[in-house]
Amino acid sequence: MSVKIPDFRQTPTIDQVSVEERVARFNTRSIKKESKLQGLKLALNMIDLTTLEGKDTEGKVRQMCYKAMHLCDELPGLPTVAAVCVYPNHVKTAKAALEGSSVKVASVATAFPSGNSTLDVKIQDTRFAVENGADEIDMVISRGEFLKGNYNFVFDEIADIKEACGNARLKVILETGELSTLDNIRRASDIAMYAGADFIKTSTGKISPAATMPVTLVMLQAIKDYHYKTGRMVGMKPAGGISTAKGALQYLVMLNETLGSKWMNNEWFRFGASSLANDILLQLGKEANGGVYYSKDYISID
Amino acid sequence: MQENKVELGGDWTYAPAPEDKKHVKIEKRYDLFINGKFVKPAKGKYFDTISPSTEEVLSQIAEADEKDVDTAVKAARNAYDKVWKKMPAKERGKYIFRIARMIQERSRELAVIESMNGGKPIRESRDIDVPLAANHFFYYAGWADKLEYAFPGKKPQSLGVVGQIIPWNFPLLMAAWKIAPALATGNTVVLKPAETTSLTALKLAEIIQESGLPDGVVNIVTGHGKTGAAIVNHPLVNKVAFTGSTDVGKIIQKAVAGTNKKVTLELGGKAANIVFEDAPIDQAVEGIVNGIFFNQGHVCCAGSRLFVQEGVAEELIRKLKDRMQTLIVGDPLDKNTDIGAINSKEQLQKIDHYLKLGSEEGAEMYQPSCSIPSKGFFCKPTLFLHASQSHRIVQEEIFGPVLTVQTFRTIEEVVEKANNIPYGLSAGVWTDKGSKIFNLTQNLRAGVIWANTYNKFDPTSPFGGYKESGFGREGGLHGLMPYLELT
Repeated sequence: MSVKIPDFRQTPTIDQVSVEERVARFNTRSIKKESKLQGLKLALNMIDLTTLEGKDTEGKVRQMCYKAMHLCDELPGLPTVAAVCVYPNHVKTAKAALEGSSVKVASVATAFPSGNSTLDVKIQDTRFAVENGADEIDMVISRGEFLKGNYNFVFDEIADIKEACGNARLKVILETGELSTLDNIRRASDIAMYAGADFIKTSTGKISPAATMPVTLVMLQAIKDYHYKTGRMVGMKPAGGISTAKGALQYLVMLNETLGSKWMNNEWFRFGASSLANDILLQLGKEANGGVYYSKDYISID
Repeated sequence: MQENKVELGGDWTYAPAPEDKKHVKIEKRYDLFINGKFVKPAKGKYFDTISPSTEEVLSQIAEADEKDVDTAVKAARNAYDKVWKKMPAKERGKYIFRIARMIQERSRELAVIESMNGGKPIRESRDIDVPLAANHFFYYAGWADKLEYAFPGKKPQSLGVVGQIIPWNFPLLMAAWKIAPALATGNTVVLKPAETTSLTALKLAEIIQESGLPDGVVNIVTGHGKTGAAIVNHPLVNKVAFTGSTDVGKIIQKAVAGTNKKVTLELGGKAANIVFEDAPIDQAVEGIVNGIFFNQGHVCCAGSRLFVQEGVAEELIRKLKDRMQTLIVGDPLDKNTDIGAINSKEQLQKIDHYLKLGSEEGAEMYQPSCSIPSKGFFCKPTLFLHASQSHRIVQEEIFGPVLTVQTFRTIEEVVEKANNIPYGLSAGVWTDKGSKIFNLTQNLRAGVIWANTYNKFDPTSPFGGYKESGFGREGGLHGLMPYLELT
């Protein structure tokens, strides 16, 4: 299929005030009873359980991988999370720990989180992760080049990393907290998708603000427009800052009413989060307990 | 392109989330609120008021005849002469502030009753109608003792008794729009709510009674058109304020011709909502939805004629259809409902008539695949594509969730078409370019023009129309003028 690459200087304009209003309206949706349970389980299943710290150890990664497969064995019928997300040097450990499960291994790469390195280093970084068994690569774009208006540079870099990924799926982190306007976020989303991204992702989690609903809505609408134009589906991953079950449900409402049922699964939507899973487990524990408080002490912290 | 379609309204549906109505108290029967008391109508006649979403009878409402109206007007005159006119403006303001606070305190109850009696979704009555009603009282309470600063060099004086007749689309909010400025300017009031939606006005009467406002300053008489006519024709009424249909507005204007009664009329509309190629399309779609499907389209300033610039028409209509697919039509008390019940059977018949007419005229009808309840008065949100300027669905006010879509090429063309209508209440413009906005606000003959938004209301902003949409302004500093003699 040949796709016509658009002129990225002319991406659609975004009106921030209206975007925020739309988000406020999603948040008035009241999700109760069985739809809440269904939504919470789905959200759990969409999580990329993440540890991205300098102090990460093999032991910590191994424990997190066990948690990814056994979220809370006391509560029956829970799904696993979608993936674990680690630095490249921990991919091997994670891959071994998750063997036999359906949980994927995602690795950040390309001089994460700043992306300030040469293309060669970034490609090597990516290859290293893939060779160690990463199923998914979370790359960062060169925000400096993007803000300079050097869109071709950003596009080419993504395309090169996509090639280095081989069969691994590529998530492109825009680091929206550094792009400053929704217009820029829309433009970066379009660049990433046309350059071959399988997923577009908001943030590294290292910059504040990380994922927000207005930013995610703009990206979801970009995905929708791209899908109508090319027929290709692209996934979405808000990352960082989503730590409550209620917040996750609000994102799902937004997803449900923007991209609809084809995207309502972990093939096409992920939450990048470290503490969200436990808050959802608290809620599910409460439901299983007949609506009675479920102690945090029953849930493991990894 | 069909296979690329996204699938909306899929597997994950929202469980019912109805707002609790147990805390709401609706009497079996409501009398007339005259001179600070609830009194039985002279002839002892009552009529049923129903819930348009269930068709069940909620209460019985008194039918005021000429004699009742006479009593009410005389009570208002008496209160004006003996109490209200003489009261220091600062004290008047305190009563209005108190009413505002009491509306806030009882906002949940008012919102639920508004949705039960009028059919509008609780999301709107809770987030828009009731808070805005309180805000109008707050805003005008502040003006009460500052009138000479509002009109420097003039001597603002109250008029006397004002007769006010309000419609069924925003029952409590319209009562607030009318009563708040009238009281702030030192007038006394006889108000008639619409016959299908009297309950929240009567709840407001309870609040007013509880607030300790002197007897007779506000009187609320219920009934049909005849009751309204009695108010308009009463010789002791000094000013008539009416919001409703253009037909009735014309009757009122004839009735007051040759008298010295002041009049303001806020009548129908058929607003143009204009989207240019450079507009933020996704957000424009949201504004179109808010413009026409807000309150089931029962909005005089609804953006009921959509004009789209050719280049983006296809994309915008596709997005609009997708968005409509996610609208939830149903129980007004459910917190997830986007579009509630049509206000009355009569109104539903009128809308259905236009749906039939539009198809006959050759416009292409589109409705989403949502389900609607089998009981009650409901209508799916509807588009008419390829509409023509000479279609009656384009020329006449439908007052329902029905949007006509036309395309245009040039600014001149769209301005001409937008203005080519007897109405001139409101309009919307969507573009990324500020200069284009100012060009259009200069050339569109409409009282309110929203830019990159739609259906935004604020007590500080004047509202009112051109041409057959009426005259006089409500809201803001301008909203004080119709209630004052400025010498």
